[in-house]
Amino acid sequence: MSPDVLVVDDSAAIRKILQRVLRQTGMDIGTIHEAGDGQEALELLKLHKPALILSDINMPKMDGLQLLAAVKGSDSWREIPVVMITTEGGEAKVGEAVKLGAAGYVRKPFTADQIKEKLAGILEPVLPL
Amino acid sequence: MNLQELIVNCICHATANVFTTMLGVEVRQGETRIENGAPEVNDGVVSLIGLAGSWTGAGSISCTPALACRICSALLMAESTSVDEDVLDAVAELTNMIIGSVKTDLEEHLGPLGLSIPTVVFGRNFRTRSAANADWMVVPFDWDGEILLVRLCLTRAERETRGHLQIASHPCTVDV
Repeated sequence: MSPDVLVVDDSAAIRKILQRVLRQTGMDIGTIHEAGDGQEALELLKLHKPALILSDINMPKMDGLQLLAAVKGSDSWREIPVVMITTEGGEAKVGEAVKLGAAGYVRKPFTADQIKEKLAGILEPVLPL
Repeated sequence: MNLQELIVNCICHATANVFTTMLGVEVRQGETRIENGAPEVNDGVVSLIGLAGSWTGAGSISCTPALACRICSALLMAESTSVDEDVLDAVAELTNMIIGSVKTDLEEHLGPLGLSIPTVVFGRNFRTRSAANADWMVVPFDWDGEILLVRLCLTRAERETRGHLQIASHPCTVDV
């Protein structure tokens, strides 16, 4: 069974772009779930266990760093790699994400190749290219 | 380089990079101007985003409905012909990426800055005004005859904590 991916971003446009980019990578991906903020993502995680989470940082209700902390603090979810995709390129935010256990970091704007390159290193064992 | 020149450089670099990377198009930079006083009347789509920290202010992007649809079509690779949720969301995300990149570049010189969630307005005959009484750097960009305006104003906060409060309690206002 192909592993699922969870995309978390308050912008529907970015979620659609990431859906398209993920399908174009050639990776064997199952369902791509979408959430508009960290809270929605946590609700989805109770129902589905994805092989990867791609998350924005700046979001209403619960931001990406709070989501990352919740995932890494959970016995059920801490093994899921979380890649942050965000405009927040400052060292402070990057450092905080790394400290919380982010598997990677992609700065917006991004190209399909940048996403593919970042995910290849993280997901090769999980999602065959 | 003074602050105004730095802001304009950051806007030009960020806008060109976002359009090339995300939309696959080149935009041509127009003549920069400074706006102060009564804001111009707007028709179309305006997206606003707040900045806070040791410096406070706001960034905005404005364009015609036709250009907003064109931006959405290029971003999502699906044709948009009228301003709907997808178009407003696409313009909001474009603002987030451009002003977010400007913010990251400015942080090297001004220290850490916070970025709010964008707000998008679509309508006719309205004015946007920031509570911060500062000059706005306005940089026009031309995409095949359609003009996109990127604006940014930034002032040093009297105190960092007050700066956060200013953004939270007095964001840009809209006079319709």
